[in-house]
Amino acid sequence: MDTLVQQLINGLVLGSLYALIALGYTMVYGVLNLINFAHGDVLMVGALAALSAIGVLHGLWPGLPGWLLLILGMMAAIPVCVSLSLVIERIAYRPLRHAPRLAPLITAIGVSILLQTMAMLIWGRNYLTFPQLLPEAPLHIGRATISVTKMVVIGLAALIMGALLWLVQATRLGRAMRATAENPRVASLMGVNPDSVIAMTFAIGAGLAAVAGVMIEATYQVAHFYMGFIPGLKAFTAAVLGGIGNIAGAMVGGIVLGLIEALGAGYIGQLTHGIFGSNYQDVFAFIVLCTVLILRPSGLLGERVADRA
Amino acid sequence: MSSRSPPRVRAALAAVGIALVALPWLIGPFGDAWVRALCFAALYVMLALGLNIVVGFAGLLDLGYIAFYAVGAYTYALLASPHLTEHFPALAHAFPHGLHVSIWAALPIGASLAAAFGILLGAPVLKLRGDYLAIVTLGFGEIIRIFLNNLNAPLNFTNGPSGITLIDPVRIGSFDLAHPGAILGLHPSSLHLYYYLLVGMALLAMLVCIRLQDSRLGRAWMAIREDEVAARAMGINVRNVKLLAFSLGATFGGIAGGLFAAFQGFVSPESFSLQESIVVLSMIVLGGLGHVPGVVLGAVMLAMLPEALRHTAVPLQDAVFGRVLIDSEVLRMLLYGLATVGVMLYRPRGLWPAPEHGAAITAGKTSQAVPRHG
Repeated sequence: MDTLVQQLINGLVLGSLYALIALGYTMVYGVLNLINFAHGDVLMVGALAALSAIGVLHGLWPGLPGWLLLILGMMAAIPVCVSLSLVIERIAYRPLRHAPRLAPLITAIGVSILLQTMAMLIWGRNYLTFPQLLPEAPLHIGRATISVTKMVVIGLAALIMGALLWLVQATRLGRAMRATAENPRVASLMGVNPDSVIAMTFAIGAGLAAVAGVMIEATYQVAHFYMGFIPGLKAFTAAVLGGIGNIAGAMVGGIVLGLIEALGAGYIGQLTHGIFGSNYQDVFAFIVLCTVLILRPSGLLGERVADRA
Repeated sequence: MSSRSPPRVRAALAAVGIALVALPWLIGPFGDAWVRALCFAALYVMLALGLNIVVGFAGLLDLGYIAFYAVGAYTYALLASPHLTEHFPALAHAFPHGLHVSIWAALPIGASLAAAFGILLGAPVLKLRGDYLAIVTLGFGEIIRIFLNNLNAPLNFTNGPSGITLIDPVRIGSFDLAHPGAILGLHPSSLHLYYYLLVGMALLAMLVCIRLQDSRLGRAWMAIREDEVAARAMGINVRNVKLLAFSLGATFGGIAGGLFAAFQGFVSPESFSLQESIVVLSMIVLGGLGHVPGVVLGAVMLAMLPEALRHTAVPLQDAVFGRVLIDSEVLRMLLYGLATVGVMLYRPRGLWPAPEHGAAITAGKTSQAVPRHG
């Protein structure tokens, strides 16, 4: 029972992070039909930029409280990620917008390698420790525990996702985004500028990635140049699970995937009598991905038909 | 085929052949590292040709290709090293001298295992659209690597992250490529012999690829790549033909993997990371997707790049800045990334693209102008 509650909490934290990242994938996919392979690496750059910013701020004003440092770090990461993402979109994706679909995907892989290598040059190839900024003392729920950082992750993710749903459903920009996703040509006839909508989509996705990146390093207290890859892949899985292109789907998919992983890692040892351990955690996401794609390619909430050869 | 080739082509082929034979002797004096790099270039040529069948011919983006290389490498490693007999007493009882399977028996086993994995993976996922397929294959590659890393407990199959050592070298009859001794009064180095073996295999792979390309099957692949619906309408069994592309590509990977294990004498999971899959993909994208000579060019260029960088970029930085700012490994990845993006943007069909076939899979703006929606 205690394992169950503890793994549910862990799964919820993991799931909130996946959901935040998955939104970036799903929004870009919605308007461009492009898997933005470099999204995870944008997250990594944001996380490392925040770490550097926090280091500098702490050096200048050692008295700053932890929560303020965390917020300021996030405030530093967001513009970095947004501008980086806009530059990538402008240079690497926009010229290929009408090319056959494998071309931008291969370019995105190239951008991903470039970002990782540059990050390795700037921040080195070692694991960096992220300071403990929020109070360490955990809260107890039964015999399970949850740290303040994890609570903040869940709360912040819920808040951001609510705001995003409002943005997409109730604002002018959101309507333009939905119109572009539906049909870019008709949208532009209706007075929507697809270029600026696509740029805004990338910017919002990158902003979410920045928040997710900072929250990941605050939760696990490490950062390095490769930290974006696995979360990016998992988040993509989450986006597919929820129905790619569907914003609510990305949120649901993220949470479900987080829970599957945490519960899987928590119980696999017991279920297989120790033959498989929690070091197989990463396998679950891929198995989920393959199963979903084979059985229900449109995802849990997807209304769009995914097969467009 | 050569009887149909014009004399100029035959002369060129003969020149290339002589150059390939002479190359290790010419480059040898600069250090064994160069000959080793040439051996790896030959392995990469095989890998790139295999991936080219999947990505270049059939137009299926596979990001987990290195998993098949791993299957081939571990198959030979397990069959030809003391690892299994050391950890499984029952097996040691049956084979008291160890399980030293000859590479000529192990290669077909590894290749068929890789092909089986290819079919196993391909059968459920091949109906997916291009970019989904890319992510699923990427996931498959990672799963294989995670299993290689963790299958050392409770039963030690792969020896985990530390890998398998003491793998037998290639033997031809009783002749051992690692300890050649004297042949016809000459004393060739083991490295040179491996070079000839690997280059020979790479040439064989090229020949197979060229013949495949001109075959009924090759035309079917290209038809699917250009327009799947039209290909189906022409009576091509799309699913089976795609599966064949997948399993044939995997076979190439499996054979290259077995040779890699024998050449190195050691395999570990870190040789089979996603980065390797991406490196092989960069090779074929840079060279020219779907064009065999282009792919070979891309593979040789990128495979020789690290060695070349070690001998140029590092001393250059040392001379200009007084210290090494960017080590050659990082510089290599930087160049791979730049090359991939640059080629896609400015030369989408690669450095040495196929002459005919106007609309290859990266042919720029010739296909539909706007992605279809809804």
